[in-house]
Amino acid sequence: MLPGIGSSAITPERLYVSRREFLIATGALAATTLFLGGCRQPGPTSGPGGTDFCQSAQASKPTDELGDSLTVCDSIINYNNFYEFSTEKEDVADLARDFKTSPWTVQVGGLVNKPKTFDLDDLRQRFPQEERIYRMRCVEAWSMVIPWLGFPLASLLKEVEPASKAKYVRFEALYDTKQLPGQRRGLFKWPYVEGLRLDEAMNDLTILATGIYGKPLPPQNGAPIRLVAPWKYGFKNIKSVVKIDLVEEIPVSLWMAASPDEYGFYANVSPSTGMPGRRRTSMPAWT
Amino acid sequence: MPRVAAPRLMALAHVAALLPLAILIWQFARGELTADPIRELVIRTGDYALVLLVLSLACTPVSKLSGMPQVLRLRRLLGLYAFAYTALHLIVFVALDYGFDLDLIWKDVLAKRFALVGVASFLALLPLAIASVRGRMNQPGRMQQWLHRLTYLAALLAVGHFLLEVKVDRRIPLIYGAIVVLLLLFRLPWVTKGVREWRNSMSRKH
Repeated sequence: MLPGIGSSAITPERLYVSRREFLIATGALAATTLFLGGCRQPGPTSGPGGTDFCQSAQASKPTDELGDSLTVCDSIINYNNFYEFSTEKEDVADLARDFKTSPWTVQVGGLVNKPKTFDLDDLRQRFPQEERIYRMRCVEAWSMVIPWLGFPLASLLKEVEPASKAKYVRFEALYDTKQLPGQRRGLFKWPYVEGLRLDEAMNDLTILATGIYGKPLPPQNGAPIRLVAPWKYGFKNIKSVVKIDLVEEIPVSLWMAASPDEYGFYANVSPSTGMPGRRRTSMPAWT
Repeated sequence: MPRVAAPRLMALAHVAALLPLAILIWQFARGELTADPIRELVIRTGDYALVLLVLSLACTPVSKLSGMPQVLRLRRLLGLYAFAYTALHLIVFVALDYGFDLDLIWKDVLAKRFALVGVASFLALLPLAIASVRGRMNQPGRMQQWLHRLTYLAALLAVGHFLLEVKVDRRIPLIYGAIVVLLLLFRLPWVTKGVREWRNSMSRKH
């Protein structure tokens, strides 16, 4: 049992499996009727920058621990929810092509004893990068199995020594209207902000990811550094982080501010609780 | 005003309405529908349904404004295609997305306003579609008139469905909404009368 995560917060395997069974069944059905097959295997989408990056993609295993195949690299880097660039998932890779990720610093402060600003290269050297294969589940009812490279957030937080008053961790992403066209539109109150409870942030599962498939993160996936908390819905995993603050009050995330009825603070993946409204009870598995 | 023969116009409409479906099936078979093809199928069939429904509703005003009565003959055809895409949209959702898991659908439809409104829109289109396919629409009558009025309701519900579905950027559904409201205003008796008078005065001038 992992500390801080009740077993009720994890999607039961049975739901995935039954989901898969009926996808296979309807796949067969569809193949014989209107659609000429091909719906069980979502094909890779060829898009901008896809081929070069993915040709040298590396992962230690072809599946996650449940035996679900990794999502193809092309899909991961060409289907991105990254509103700083565009609300169209397929346009992000192209728009993010020239995103500048070096130099990059992450300022860690707030209620800590040793606030510090880390250079990205410094972070990469100081904390050994390890592979974590996690399923990322989006509230839009799709998911991907992604081989991340990164390091536990806890290692970084221990270094700055959280003060006893600190209860939450607040993350802030880059605000740069020159580079991020989506921030020129008034749809949201930028920058993107997210948060975790301190114990969630200290959980070993929570990582700061700097790469996928054995390579540095491409811009569209949140380069150069992003949060990954695998038991949370995708939107919690803030991209292109520049600031991490330890705070006493619960942080108000961008989505909480934009749509409080639909997006809560915790957003744990769970079949029976959590997101009201736009949430499907189980998620399809793209493999 | 260019005169386009009615049969040619009808043929064009058939092609225009079926082409998106052909492209969709082609892309689906080739695995070119994004990393989430089922969602893309749902989105695209929904888009086409709404566009066709709006075009169908636009036939009467366009016909009156342009003085091309043959445009009116497209109304039924475009309306039926709109219904076909709506049905496809629903089938993809129920069959491919939810794998006929009625339990899950039941829970979701009850939990989601956008789904309820979408179903309402489909139900509003259904009676007219059935009547149209059976060719019952030739005899004029109060019943037919009401069935036609339901189409406006269906369009408004479809726009509502779209509005509730989008996350933040509401511009596109709002544009559709504005068009539907305009088309609806155009059918108000005093507006129709005004247009008729305007047309008459125009034709007198030339």
